[in-house]
Amino acid sequence: MRKVYLSYHELITAYGMGSQKTVEAIQQEQSGIHQANYFDRHTAPFVSSQIDRAMLEASFQELHPSKEYTRLEKILICSLDTVIKASKLKLNDRVGLIIATTKGNIDVLDTEHPFPKSRAYLTEMARAVSDFFSFTTEPIVLSNACVSGALALAIAKGYIQQQKFDHVFVVAGDLVTPFTVSGFTSFQAMSAQPCKPYSEDRDGITLGEAGACVLVTSDRERTNGTSVELIGEASCNDANHISGPSRTGEGLFRSITKAMRQAEIRTEDLGFISAHGTATVFNDEMESIAFHRAGLSEIPLHSLKGYLGHSLGASSLVETIAGMHSLKKNTLFRSLGFAKLGTSKPLAVIEQTTPKKMQTFLKTASGFGGCNTALVFQQLADES
Amino acid sequence: MSLKETSIPKFCYISNGKIWSNGAVWYADETVPFKQLMKGAYKQGDVNYPKFFKMDRLSKLAFMASEVISQEAPFHEETALVFANRASSLDSDRKHQHSIQHQEAYYPSPAVFVYTLPNICLGEISIRHQLFSENSFFIFDSFKAEAVQPYCNHLIATKKAPAVLCGWVDFDSETEYEAFLYLITNNTISAQAIQQLYKKHHDST
Repeated sequence: MRKVYLSYHELITAYGMGSQKTVEAIQQEQSGIHQANYFDRHTAPFVSSQIDRAMLEASFQELHPSKEYTRLEKILICSLDTVIKASKLKLNDRVGLIIATTKGNIDVLDTEHPFPKSRAYLTEMARAVSDFFSFTTEPIVLSNACVSGALALAIAKGYIQQQKFDHVFVVAGDLVTPFTVSGFTSFQAMSAQPCKPYSEDRDGITLGEAGACVLVTSDRERTNGTSVELIGEASCNDANHISGPSRTGEGLFRSITKAMRQAEIRTEDLGFISAHGTATVFNDEMESIAFHRAGLSEIPLHSLKGYLGHSLGASSLVETIAGMHSLKKNTLFRSLGFAKLGTSKPLAVIEQTTPKKMQTFLKTASGFGGCNTALVFQQLADES
Repeated sequence: MSLKETSIPKFCYISNGKIWSNGAVWYADETVPFKQLMKGAYKQGDVNYPKFFKMDRLSKLAFMASEVISQEAPFHEETALVFANRASSLDSDRKHQHSIQHQEAYYPSPAVFVYTLPNICLGEISIRHQLFSENSFFIFDSFKAEAVQPYCNHLIATKKAPAVLCGWVDFDSETEYEAFLYLITNNTISAQAIQQLYKKHHDST
């Protein structure tokens, strides 16, 4: 079967436009979480990681749009634009587009929003984005809770290996909106302070927003310095609860085991784990159990939620891209917000950004509906 | 690829007050609201699963369609779920939005919010049938078997799943809902044959 690589990519986050800005900020251990810039009287003050509106607008106008687009569409379009240009690919019938999001243009449901409510249909959003670039294939939208971005990479690999496409642009995005803030507040899942993944004193999530895009390709010629090969991928449902993490970590454990088996690497060969780490009491506990069962308690691990919050469907793609840079730089990124371990099973949480020679990493994500995804990536060997 | 008689998958179709199982009407009541239709189907299928009544309408629709199929062909624990629809979770999204729209009537509820993701129905089915399997939820304008067929084939070819419960579960409003689920156990079924099966039911309702 064809090998599948992750190549050119882009990130739009609270740190700015461009993956370099995000990666450098993470490497310098700067938080991208700030006091939120909107409130209503029912939501307690909260912190979040939001994309600067003026910066996004300025970048978007440089693309000379001839129509009106929603804020999320602008994020998706700006992310895609960079990656399409870098790839120099012609958008023909061998090139697919997968858009991963949980809530899409959910903000248009608000009666005050200038766009028609029909824009909340994810296919309308997808068409707006796809038509901007004149993709010739129908956009594929994936909405699978907080594993969407990572799962989209596994699905892109499937489409490529089944010869449906040779290249797939995977783009992911989600916003911080009153819709999600009110929902997670009603769940009592929001932390008043920047979140503290795996810490004893963790008390909930910080919401974030982000756009991320990567070219998934079978063409070794279209890879670059930070490219990785996707060598193992698996998903597994917990079959336990629609919103509560499994107490045994069953789905995550099985996902990791299957992905590692497919990757044909030993656990000790893993450079690090880019985990989900939302900083809710139950999620992080579940992860520690699953990693322990998989024999990974001693592998260096971080959650990047302490930098950028939880950008829902986009988070796992953002974190995969950051992971590619971590590998390339041979640098373990610190798990920001972590103080003292607060899970029942041991975890090797990365407490300081440190150099380490590495070849591979594991990315995991878990979400509502009991979904879990695990991906194993390997640095490309020199062909010379 | 020719369609062999034996390769026609088990399937269920639900729309406009009618539930079909493998081409025959399994339960129908075109005079009642969706909620009552589901209650009637629950009794018809002798389903003993009280959690069903707490689900949102999309999950009820998906749950019932999968229930009808499982009564014909019980699922293996690694049967993958590959679903798609048009309206995502908008039926529950609108409810949640309504609960936060007016400052003077603000009552967001976790019981509603949890259903504001389309893949929750995959979780409900996984819990019901104890499926520890691959799950994915896609959004398309309309049902197109060929759109997800490569991915289903991939799951079977790479032995990630011995079978895939695949199809369409869309709930937009009381009068606009449709389910078409089918069970793929090998990758010899053509997308074209599936599409014809869907069209036959879709056009007749």
